[in-house]
Amino acid sequence: MYTKKECVAMLLAGGQGSRLYALTQDMAKPAVPYGGKYRIIDFPLSNCVNSGIDTVGVLTQYQPLVLNDYIGNGQPWDLDKQYGGAHCLPPYQTALGAEWYKGTANAIYQNIAFVDRYSPEYVIVLSGDHIYKMDYNDMIQFHKEKGADATIAVLDVPLEEASRFGIMITDDSGNIVDFEEKPKNPRSTLASMGIYVFTWSKLRQYLIDNENNPDEDKDFGKAIIPNMMNAGEKLVAYAFDGYWKDVGTLDSLWEANMDILNPKIPIDLYDPDWKMYSRNPVLPPQYFGENANVENSMVAEGCIIDGEIDFSVIFEGVTIEKNAIVTESIIMPGSVIKEGAIVEYAIVGENSVIEKGAHIGARPEAVENRDDWGIAVIGHNVTIEENASVGPKDMVPDIRKK
Amino acid sequence: MSLNKNILGLIFANMHEDVIPELTRQRTMGSVLFGGRYRMIDFVLSSMTNSGVDEVGVVTKSNYQSLLDHLGSGREWDMARKIGGLHLLPPFSNVASGIYRGRLEALAGITDFINHSAADYVIMSDCDVVASFDYDAIFDAHVKSGADITAVYARANLDSDAAVHSNVFGIDDNGRINNVLINPQLSGECNVALNTYVISKDLLVNIIRDGAAKGHYSFAKTILQARCNEFDIRAFEYTGYFSKITSIKTYYDANMALLSTENRKALFRDTNPIYTKIRDNPPAKLAIGAKVKNSLVADGCIIEGTVENSILFRGVKVGKGSVIKNAIVMQDTCVGKNCTLDSVITDKQVIITDGKILTGSSSYPVCIGKSAQI
Repeated sequence: MYTKKECVAMLLAGGQGSRLYALTQDMAKPAVPYGGKYRIIDFPLSNCVNSGIDTVGVLTQYQPLVLNDYIGNGQPWDLDKQYGGAHCLPPYQTALGAEWYKGTANAIYQNIAFVDRYSPEYVIVLSGDHIYKMDYNDMIQFHKEKGADATIAVLDVPLEEASRFGIMITDDSGNIVDFEEKPKNPRSTLASMGIYVFTWSKLRQYLIDNENNPDEDKDFGKAIIPNMMNAGEKLVAYAFDGYWKDVGTLDSLWEANMDILNPKIPIDLYDPDWKMYSRNPVLPPQYFGENANVENSMVAEGCIIDGEIDFSVIFEGVTIEKNAIVTESIIMPGSVIKEGAIVEYAIVGENSVIEKGAHIGARPEAVENRDDWGIAVIGHNVTIEENASVGPKDMVPDIRKK
Repeated sequence: MSLNKNILGLIFANMHEDVIPELTRQRTMGSVLFGGRYRMIDFVLSSMTNSGVDEVGVVTKSNYQSLLDHLGSGREWDMARKIGGLHLLPPFSNVASGIYRGRLEALAGITDFINHSAADYVIMSDCDVVASFDYDAIFDAHVKSGADITAVYARANLDSDAAVHSNVFGIDDNGRINNVLINPQLSGECNVALNTYVISKDLLVNIIRDGAAKGHYSFAKTILQARCNEFDIRAFEYTGYFSKITSIKTYYDANMALLSTENRKALFRDTNPIYTKIRDNPPAKLAIGAKVKNSLVADGCIIEGTVENSILFRGVKVGKGSVIKNAIVMQDTCVGKNCTLDSVITDKQVIITDGKILTGSSSYPVCIGKSAQI
């Protein structure tokens, strides 16, 4: 049976996430847990499915074990298909040799054959690092209506933050006329969200030309987009005004989790019309004990809660014992917070143990110099000894994996 | 777990549904909701998955739409297989079968399915028992003893109410069943049948043919009871955690028993997970002002009020100022503001509007039917 796909998604999921160090020692950034039962990659994957895109290439490179295992055959996202579906695409060996993905553009270049199998009109390039809900179909329609060769999703950001992003300069009709990567003096506040729709026939040629030019970076932002612009292709900006968060740093990962608990921030995981899918654990329902005191928090399946929780996100299978206090924190799957321990303004990784009476993190008010304060981070599979103390901004990685 | 166990599992989804008519008006016993996120069939079906029984037929009679919806292709139980896997067996209308009256007639309706299986042995289970069975051990004991039939029982205290919906075994010193009491009037500790049997396929097929020829329909009466001296029927004692549902009261108590962490650990063993249908709900959310104590609160719940000694299934909403106590609140029930529910069971998708007060008693909880609005 041969049918063609109108649009294929290519999801860049090879990022190391080095700024999330203690959490990405043995998993790629898109596999980092988020939001009580999700991993970051669930957001672009669920967006694809909810937008009617049923063919997704997931480009993996750094520590792919957790990610490959998680995605599997794509069934949790309804992406197990006879034709199409989810495919993990690691770098591979050819008759000419083997090479790593040398950049975002090169990762797609090496998988031109995968995309060609579906003869798509369009390719949407996504990143596995962002939390947002977006109907990609609207963006593809926009791309078609504008007759564009490339469409870049942009977010209007505050001027003072603009220098952290790739900034698009547009004319009155929304055509992109210039592009600056992290400018010191931004000429616009339209930040690229790292979401691109390309007409595949165009992109395909630019990828090949880019590969044949050894002097160029193999990257969308540094080469493909400027090359297309210089050649006079039609590039348009697609304005997005919903919630979008780059969870590239520990602080932003913590904030993005806290955002779900804030009813004023528009990221609603409970919306039945835009369900977020994930690989669900097989665990009994969450139990709250006689001593539990839990407010303004999310608690996932298999948890046994007998302590005090406030403003926190608790993942599946976590145990919080009597008299333990967890505030403004994220506790990842399978971890145990023992009796009398205090965890505040902290991220605790998967399957870690905070022994009795230990104290992790501190409130910002408790620190004299604001610059000394930050989120405390405990990596995966770490045990913090009884009555030990981990200060704010401290990071305790898994020492077995140096 | 041994490989290629060569056992066919048969689950009877409709049996015993008369014991809780409140919850089986629109569903089978197997699809009755239990324990915050499960259906009764999940316990036996997961036990089969965990014991390596990977070819299973689910025998239904009527009201099976919710059951079919729940089981789907059987994927969540790892039963969507090319070899073996899950087979749904609705009544097969021909002269010989139709709507069956008992286990023997139900079996007669699926004789072709049984014959077609390559398995040498059959394990039969019903959906009125909440337990995590090791069918391996039962099967091994059956083969070792050389019995014709092995029947599983547990030592349990029966009150006379429960006894009228239970079979009780008399067992001799050699572990052979020599007496079968069907729905007796008695109380005290006895050998309560857990409606789980192991039998060779050949013997089962013979029994079915014989029963059909004689117009027999009850397996318990015409085989276990009437022929326990003729057949070698051995008893296998199940010593793990279980609850047997015999009335709305025992159903309520069996749910509430899961508020004990000890009981939950006994039923939900790390090595024997209980699988169920995935609903992709976000985690439970406890809002500002929420108070939740001694309760199970499943995924997708949004709690703004007070919940004590209760079991809340997936997707339940409890509004501000509401108090839920000693209650079983099923899937997608929506409780408005300032309500009080005490000793109540609400079925799926019930809507309780603001300010309502509903009170039952723990010996007879109030039952609110599916999709009712109050």
